[in-house]
Amino acid sequence: MKYLSNVTTISLTEEKCTGCGICLEVCPHHVFVIENRKASLVDKDRCMECGACMMNCPSQALFVDKGVGCAAALINSIITGGDPTCGCSGDNGKGSCC
Amino acid sequence: MAELKFRNDLLPGKAAAQPSACGCAGPSVAEEKPRWAAGTVSAGSCTVYRVSTDLTTADTWEHVRCRTSAFRESYAVKPGLYAVGNPDKDSDVFVSANYKLSFDHLRAALKGLDGWVLVLDTKGINVWCAAGKGTFGTDELVKRISLVRLNEVVGHRNIIVPQLGAVGVSGYAVRSASGFRVLYGPVYAKDIPSYVAAGRRATPGMREVRFPLPERLILTPMEINPAMKKYYPWFALLILLFFGLQPSGIIFKDAASGGLPFLGLGLVAVLAGAFITPLLLPFVPARSFAVKGWLVGLLSIVLSLKVFRPADPPDVLLLAAAFLFFPMASSYIALQFTGSTTFTGMSGVKKELKISLPLYIASVAVSIILLVLYKAGHWGAP
Repeated sequence: MKYLSNVTTISLTEEKCTGCGICLEVCPHHVFVIENRKASLVDKDRCMECGACMMNCPSQALFVDKGVGCAAALINSIITGGDPTCGCSGDNGKGSCC
Repeated sequence: MAELKFRNDLLPGKAAAQPSACGCAGPSVAEEKPRWAAGTVSAGSCTVYRVSTDLTTADTWEHVRCRTSAFRESYAVKPGLYAVGNPDKDSDVFVSANYKLSFDHLRAALKGLDGWVLVLDTKGINVWCAAGKGTFGTDELVKRISLVRLNEVVGHRNIIVPQLGAVGVSGYAVRSASGFRVLYGPVYAKDIPSYVAAGRRATPGMREVRFPLPERLILTPMEINPAMKKYYPWFALLILLFFGLQPSGIIFKDAASGGLPFLGLGLVAVLAGAFITPLLLPFVPARSFAVKGWLVGLLSIVLSLKVFRPADPPDVLLLAAAFLFFPMASSYIALQFTGSTTFTGMSGVKKELKISLPLYIASVAVSIILLVLYKAGHWGAP
């Protein structure tokens, strides 16, 4: 199953990549492959912007505007003007979760 | 921040109020053991509970309640260290969230293995969601490693973190702060035995998150439940008022005869958006959830009108309002499912909202205008 095309914010700075392969390990959607001892984005549209690769890249070669892909959270943030959160462990400790 | 109450029946007596000095979840004197504990094991300088790897009927019943109600919001175990089987200094350490459903999945998957389970305080939220919020994260993991004195419990310096926890955990940062090396385990707890047997290696299949029919199905009650609680009562009230309102006052008979078809179609729209769309997700054309929901909603409304054919040919204004409003309602509800899927990203949902929110508001407005026109025509011609 794929979501919308050409929307993901993921980007890879190849010069910084050391080819360690941790991004392949943490990515739940096989967005990366290793080619010529460097990571490369094989299918960007599969990216769900979870941010696991950015969190774990030791050479800061990856950037993604990570966030919840959740309509309720985003509508909430439009109404309240706050950050989009699904309210699962938020300040009110209530609400349904992702 | 509201404090999450640990459920007394799940917890070792007063342990929540009086954590033992070493920070482990273990028993101290005169504490009632949790239902799922099977004895104790000594772990470095403290004693911890051994957890049973068999889920009971009570556990399963709680899981059903988690999937259907707000029960899941207070379903937590105490953070700390637990044992599975007869672990020693060489045994693996598995990290988990303190949402009991996550914890239960893990302990059931560890059947037959000896190991340690390090439960982080994620405020009772599952691994992936908590990692997204950062509560299942580097800081909490480093803190918990030090609280339970994991360096005294095991001789090695590896911890196995569920792969989806990588959203909140930075492996290299954990290593530099605690000395422990993060090994990312499989996405699904059920793959842990094969992962361990393969020398802590995950196959590409174990690294991929999927979203098959049973998983989609199990999530639908919590899509239907809020839609029926949050929106439907208001919708029903407004519809009954609208049809009941006559120049002579509110007529109950008119409210029922005019309103019932609309109430029925409202139910159809909820089912289309909250149940049928998630269920048929890969088979409904279009990638946009708003479009998927609209298509399923439209089809459901057409079919419902064919099956439950109204006795009198329906008023054209009412029909137009119905075809405008109900597929849109289904679309809106289907869009909410993006929060439950395993593959929708924030940028995509933002794009969908940008286009669809104005359309939702416009169609509600036009539907109301159509209803008012119908009412005006009706009252004008006795």
